[in-house]
Amino acid sequence: MADLIAQLDEGNPRALPRLLSLVERRDPAGMAALAALYPRTGKAAVVGITGAPGAGKSTLVNALAHAARAAEMRVAILAIDPSSPVSGGAVLGDRIRMMDLHADPGVFIRSVASKGRTGGLAPAAAAMVHCLDAAGYPLILLETVGAGQDSIDIDVLARTVIVVQAPGFGDGVQAIKAGILEIGDILVVNKADLPGARELARTLRGSLDHPEPGEWEVPVLLTDAASGEGVPAVLDAVLQHGRWLAQSGEIAQRLRVAASAEVLDGVRNELQRRLNAATAGSLDQVISDVAARRTPPEDAVNAILASLPGLGGAASDQRGG
Amino acid sequence: MSTSTPTRTLRVLIAKPGLDGHDRGAKVMARGLRDAGFEVIYTGLFQTPEMIASAALQEDVDVVGLSILSGAHMALFPRIMEALRAAGLGDVLVVAGGTIPEADQAAVREMGIAAVFGPGSTFADVAEFLRTHAPSRAA
Ligand SMILES: Nc1nc2c(ncn2[C@@H]2O[C@H](COP(=O)(O)OP(=O)(O)O)[C@@H](O)[C@H]2O)c(=O)[nH]1
Ligand SMILES: [Mg+2]
Repeated sequence: MADLIAQLDEGNPRALPRLLSLVERRDPAGMAALAALYPRTGKAAVVGITGAPGAGKSTLVNALAHAARAAEMRVAILAIDPSSPVSGGAVLGDRIRMMDLHADPGVFIRSVASKGRTGGLAPAAAAMVHCLDAAGYPLILLETVGAGQDSIDIDVLARTVIVVQAPGFGDGVQAIKAGILEIGDILVVNKADLPGARELARTLRGSLDHPEPGEWEVPVLLTDAASGEGVPAVLDAVLQHGRWLAQSGEIAQRLRVAASAEVLDGVRNELQRRLNAATAGSLDQVISDVAARRTPPEDAVNAILASLPGLGGAASDQRGG
Repeated sequence: MSTSTPTRTLRVLIAKPGLDGHDRGAKVMARGLRDAGFEVIYTGLFQTPEMIASAALQEDVDVVGLSILSGAHMALFPRIMEALRAAGLGDVLVVAGGTIPEADQAAVREMGIAAVFGPGSTFADVAEFLRTHAPSRAA
């Protein structure tokens, strides 16, 4: 673990990829390294990019990375794609749009499978973002699985959320109804070179509430991500949003929300893991007994809770209260 | 312990080096390996050796699969192997697929390519080979 951190600090190019793999599968050595690195984190601008598949998220991420490099910012990209629910495998193809960044040592790209997690993220996304943050990337772009109304979780992990729309992917009214716009700090209408883009931008602008004084005003920006046109303005808006977060004090709130989600998620996952382990051999019989009316459901619940390591007695607390 | 954990999902980079613009075979293989439980990073057409090496490094893959139809394998493969070694990835399993004439196969293996999967190979063959030969990892 100390080795891994030393290698990371020396800039050994294999250290960060290895750390990400270890953390992704919750390997104890990786988790220990992350725990040691955690105090360094919380500095990076974590930017979530969400929107329907095909809207141009990967292309925009690529163009944003170029704009950031032109401003001499190092960039890390975490590109999340769905896993197959059947095999657990995945084809991760976001890099296809990012290959022209390969020669730049100031850009780091990692593809991640969602591993069945809904909400557009991956189970280890938060931990992997911490690693990139600890490795000193001031800008982290997080492309999520564009699952429409499902991709709400990104607003918890990211400091700034960009919602990407494009003409031909619904009329904007659909997006407004789905509530996906509400998580956007910046709205991007991509494929500005295609007909309908301007009208889509107008519809979106019309749907936004006027901000109170001191509130963030959500910009609606047109881009042609394929050519890069309009993309520097998106980077400017990201940086401006970061300044607004700091000045308004909103940043503290966002960090709290992210910390709370990460901790409670972790607790839920660990409880689930213990539950699965404790009931692996016995659940079938317990369920049969309940279904056949031999055991009341409540007794089965209490028996299972009492059998969980470290949790015996929780059920009686519940009864007492 | 020298064997890898059975639950670890193997990561495979499928790269399409060279100048021919046909990636159907590469995409079919990507989906086949996905369905066999692998995480496949697919990077598209026209990959240079340096692009392949930097993607393999950042993605921390266990396997690099090179898909080739252009007949340029004798020229390209040594450059790719060299780029991988230069990136410190000498331990990554490298395999090839596509059309590589029988006469070149021994030379290709000599370059460090562990296996060549021709048009007759099934996904199950490839998956089995990768599971057996992927480098083991100490935690
Ligand atoms: N005309 C046009 N096409 C674009 C633009 N941005 C992306 N595309 C294309 O839209 C398709 C989907 O892009 P991609 O970035 O993969 O979308 P994602 O699924 O949201 O990540 C690709 O064929 C891109 O080349 C743009 O600004 N204009
Ligand atoms: Mg994408």
